[in-house]
Amino acid sequence: MSKKKFSLTAFLCRFYVYILLLIMYAPIILLIVYSFTDTKIIGNWNGFTFRLYESLFHDSEIMQAFKNTFAVAISSAIVSTLLGTLGAIGIFYSKRKAKAVMEGISNIPVMNAEIVTALSLTILFVSIGAAFNFTTLLIGHVVLTIPFVVLSVRPKLMQMDPNIYEAALDLGATPKKALWSVIVPEILPGVFSGFILSITLSLDDYIITAFTRNTAYQTLSTYVYGVTSKRGTLPPSLRALTTVITLIALAILIIVNIKSGEKENK
Amino acid sequence: MEKNVIIELKNVSKHFGQTYAVEDFNLYVKKGEFITFLGPSGCGKTTTLRMIAGFELPTGGEILLNGKDITDLPPYKRPVNTVFQKYALFPHMDVYENVAFGLKLKKVSDGAKMRKLTNAEIDKKVKNALKIVDLEEYENRDISTLSGGQQQRIAIARAIVNEPEILLLDEPLGALDLKMRKDMQLELKEMHKKLGITFIYVTHDQEEALTLSDTVVVMKDGMIQQIGTPEDIYNEPNNAFVANFIGESNIYSATMTGEKKVRFINHVFDCVDEFPKNEKVDVVIRPEDVHITGEDQGMAKGKIVSKIFKGIHYEYIMMVGRNELVIVDTRNLEIDKTYGFDIEPDGIHIMKKELTANIYDDAYIDKNNRVVISESAFECDITSLVPGSTVDEEGYVVGPDGVRYDFTDADVKAEIGLKDIDILDDEQSGTVSGEIVSIIYKGDHYQLTIRTPQDEDFVLDTEYTYDENDLVGLSVKSEKIKLKLKGEAKKYAKK
Repeated sequence: MSKKKFSLTAFLCRFYVYILLLIMYAPIILLIVYSFTDTKIIGNWNGFTFRLYESLFHDSEIMQAFKNTFAVAISSAIVSTLLGTLGAIGIFYSKRKAKAVMEGISNIPVMNAEIVTALSLTILFVSIGAAFNFTTLLIGHVVLTIPFVVLSVRPKLMQMDPNIYEAALDLGATPKKALWSVIVPEILPGVFSGFILSITLSLDDYIITAFTRNTAYQTLSTYVYGVTSKRGTLPPSLRALTTVITLIALAILIIVNIKSGEKENK
Repeated sequence: MEKNVIIELKNVSKHFGQTYAVEDFNLYVKKGEFITFLGPSGCGKTTTLRMIAGFELPTGGEILLNGKDITDLPPYKRPVNTVFQKYALFPHMDVYENVAFGLKLKKVSDGAKMRKLTNAEIDKKVKNALKIVDLEEYENRDISTLSGGQQQRIAIARAIVNEPEILLLDEPLGALDLKMRKDMQLELKEMHKKLGITFIYVTHDQEEALTLSDTVVVMKDGMIQQIGTPEDIYNEPNNAFVANFIGESNIYSATMTGEKKVRFINHVFDCVDEFPKNEKVDVVIRPEDVHITGEDQGMAKGKIVSKIFKGIHYEYIMMVGRNELVIVDTRNLEIDKTYGFDIEPDGIHIMKKELTANIYDDAYIDKNNRVVISESAFECDITSLVPGSTVDEEGYVVGPDGVRYDFTDADVKAEIGLKDIDILDDEQSGTVSGEIVSIIYKGDHYQLTIRTPQDEDFVLDTEYTYDENDLVGLSVKSEKIKLKLKGEAKKYAKK
């Protein structure tokens, strides 16, 4: 039985994986490919060109939406990383009962439908008479991303030697100093991945953005939704836009992987 | 108070919710002493250490350092440092940074002003500390590249570099293997001698405690059982627990039969401790204090039933009547053969019997749901036999699952605490009456033994004075009688 036999099962297994990957990536690849031609409809090839990219970067509306998206993504990620990390530490050092309750509560927004969160935020803002502006949008994104920061910091806290905080106090550090010099460095990888996760969640968010923004403030998701729902067709420059966004996401993914690889090899 | 006392714990207690981790802990430690808290896990030794370090605040009592109250001082303001059981080194720092951590935060007085240590001063101290723990070349190593033993040395260096007044060690050798532990024990002892710092050490390993310490504090259930030198603890244990915990020993219930005469394992032996005649006591005999003789030469005899070779000696188990006696002897003796043995009078250590509660093994429940002890029926809480149960109108116990139980004539073990028996001057008014047969003054109260006409004893603590042979009545509140069913409750379930 030394000869390699054709095995139907092995073939099917491999085939299945390829099909799965194809289904997942085909639409994106299609868009990327057709971002290098300037036909109106996908399917027609009009020769290789960067014209769509040119028009993309000259479209002030899109560029504004692009900037807006990153402004809200980065600022909300910073706020949620800060609050989420402190929250995770607070929960971790709480008494057993309080800890269980707070862990549960902080997980609810993850499970909850985003539309519910979005609606309740809107109702809250309206009821306190707040004007919809960047602040309300920021609050919306912080609410969206905070639980994910807590979730990514928590395992790092659990891996940590629970005595090192006490050891730092014992050696003369005040609680604040002990937190910064001992606990924060230990959980930094978790804080970092929480930050990245917040950015990616915020970047592609539509529902909460749509409900909490000032209508003049366009992010990429609201802009894309706006133009496609108005015209019914996909403007060709959006193909270039999706390619750019995909590349950014890919870049983030690679950075995160390299970072975590470094940690493991250490 | 003695002048050279460095730390004193006065009536310190710590409870978490309802449970006491440490109760009424009183101790003073002399400067430069090596003192060990020894006890099984959960005895409160680590909690006590953590209260000295400042990680836990006592719920009662006070801690004095050099005569000053530090009970509520946070850990970073106490001149004590801790070596943790699992080292608790900072993983993101290298060896040098770990050891220098405390020094960088330290402020020293420079004339009138307080200043930080200079880098050169820190460097000198760190190098010196690393030299003490024999890891001079390891300054720039990552913590994760060190072995357990090396990490422990760094943890010690990190603590002693701050020149604390007291070094606290929480089972520091617990994670090391036997060989390394033995080496580290010797090194710790050396270090203690060289540094002159007071060491407070926590361990559950009695051998380690005896090897290292000047003073051993034996603890159980949050309470100190005995404080003494290793020799005292070993040779003159206060009670059966200490004797049992420290080293191999034979412990028997015994009765004093006369002046320096004690009876156990069905023989009367001479002893050196004086106790009143007829007092019930515990005796401890160390295996090395029993000398095996020829069959008819000893004070008593027994048959060897087990023999284990232990290197420098054999360990034998001899059956003396129905009692086992552990003996060590260097001679190679035959198993299943009868030998005589002698016990020297000073090899017999007699301890006061610790009575914690009245226990009645042959109690039973009568048809009125009362517990019968010594032919007297006491009201009791019958529902305690089945958790979560109630009693219905017909007097049956109904469990939470609806099952009905009839406990008439059920055999139970009843337990009544010494403080839970009320004594009444009128012998007719109690549930049971009896005669006071013994009165022992216990410092702040009397312990009375009352014997009923049925020869059952009730022991109780009271503040009031009585005379021997007084006739008194006794009563017990129903909720104070603890019941334990013999056998399973299922047996009494009604169909």
